[in-house]
Amino acid sequence: MLGKFAVKKYLFSKGIDEYLTDVYNAYRFALQFFKEVFKPPFHFREVINQCYEIGLKSLPLITLTGFIVGVVFTKQSRPSLEDFGATSWLPSLMGIAIVKALGPLVTALICAGKVGSGMGAELGSMKVTEQIEAMEVSAINPFKYLAVTRIVAASIAIPLLSFYCSFIALLGSFVNVHNLEATSFVTFFHNGFATIKFLDVFTSVFKSIVFAFTIGIIACYKGFNATRGTRGVGNAANETVVLAMFMIFIEELVIVQVSNWIRYF
Amino acid sequence: MEEQKEKNIINQDEKVISIKGLYKSFEELEVLKGIDLDVFKGENVAVLGKSGSGKSVLIKIIVALLKPDKGEVMVLGKQVNKLLGKELDDLRLRIGFAFQSNALYDSMSVRQNLEFPLTMNKKSLGKKEIQIAVEEALDAVGLKDKINEMPAELSGGQRKRIGIARALIMKPEIMLYDEPTAGLDPVTCREINELIDEVQKKYKTSSIIITHDLTCAKATGNRVAILVDGKFLKVGKFNEVFDNDDKQIKDFYNYNFIH
Repeated sequence: MLGKFAVKKYLFSKGIDEYLTDVYNAYRFALQFFKEVFKPPFHFREVINQCYEIGLKSLPLITLTGFIVGVVFTKQSRPSLEDFGATSWLPSLMGIAIVKALGPLVTALICAGKVGSGMGAELGSMKVTEQIEAMEVSAINPFKYLAVTRIVAASIAIPLLSFYCSFIALLGSFVNVHNLEATSFVTFFHNGFATIKFLDVFTSVFKSIVFAFTIGIIACYKGFNATRGTRGVGNAANETVVLAMFMIFIEELVIVQVSNWIRYF
Repeated sequence: MEEQKEKNIINQDEKVISIKGLYKSFEELEVLKGIDLDVFKGENVAVLGKSGSGKSVLIKIIVALLKPDKGEVMVLGKQVNKLLGKELDDLRLRIGFAFQSNALYDSMSVRQNLEFPLTMNKKSLGKKEIQIAVEEALDAVGLKDKINEMPAELSGGQRKRIGIARALIMKPEIMLYDEPTAGLDPVTCREINELIDEVQKKYKTSSIIITHDLTCAKATGNRVAILVDGKFLKVGKFNEVFDNDDKQIKDFYNYNFIH
């Protein structure tokens, strides 16, 4: 009888235990970030370097995607509004949709793919080639130098990219509206922003920061915990993208719900 | 002559590393089962063992990259597993670690690889002093002309040398070499062995050389220690250790020359 209990190694099952351990370790990783971020030394140069890597190098992709999202969303919304004779509401609709939801969400999803996978793979590769251990034995805190700088840089650069993406998407929308209705730039943007309130902008910025932080934490956590050679590096990149996208949608749902409660409170 | 030279280098009264009753296991796999080892000032000790015998685990415990399950590890008079934060960092700066995979930062040039530990730890140093230190370390490994190259542009032997140069840049008192000749051709192996010997003399370091290569152990170690099944089978001078009828030592010796 005792022997039967002695061989039971897992609390639930191997998969569930590993998943729960992973969640707990990720939570501790996030806590460690808050412990380390305000403690010197501060690696400002590395933060700027990472802002460049994350922000500037993502600009072409964000520009293209943002523009196309603006054009396509406008084209697809037009028929529905035409049915009600409400095409003049198109700039307002686009303003609300892009600023409140599409801008932050599209940027976060692109960054989860581009920035998150790159970060996860880079740190994973550093882990399996002992570069992270090399930093430790050189008395350099790898968590502070590699993870904290990347998470801070992501939390700065991705919200800025999100603003930029929203602007480019509105520009795409304007091009479409202007071509069909000759609406002026000023009128379009005036109508576009007329219905947007402070809470909308605040929620949008807050959402972007939360998404960016999530991408940074997950990418660094997966990278720092990569194992088993090149396959481990691939897995770290892949798991970063999947988990970050999943978390972004969950966070979107929660933040929208909370902002709606605040709005009607 | 050789004996006399050795006496000049090694100070038998001063232990720089002292390991007592060291145990380490990973889940159910017991890797180290009660290791005892002393390394004296100026001495090179080669730790021999087959792959997976726990040699690298031993030196990773010495620099606190791994925690032991049981036992005492004293390095330069400090108990490693009790050190934290700045105290641990200060000790680590006195130890150079040459990794098996070299662990060069592949996004940085050779110059940046060597500058990095200096700029992060010795903020008072000026550009000129850093430049001199980098050139001196590269000169010691004979690769001054590779200063602006990227690690990916170097050969395996050159990467090993740069890894050693990076470990030397902080002027450590102890050097830990993890498989310094693994994966290299015989000529490059000999060059690396000579380099380890030169480092011992020039920088007056005490070293542990982890290897499965008898030639490397013989060329670089003042003493050798054979690690089998998580314990040291024999520790002593190369000839004393291998002039032995013990079956496991004979097996190890024959295995090395057959492979």
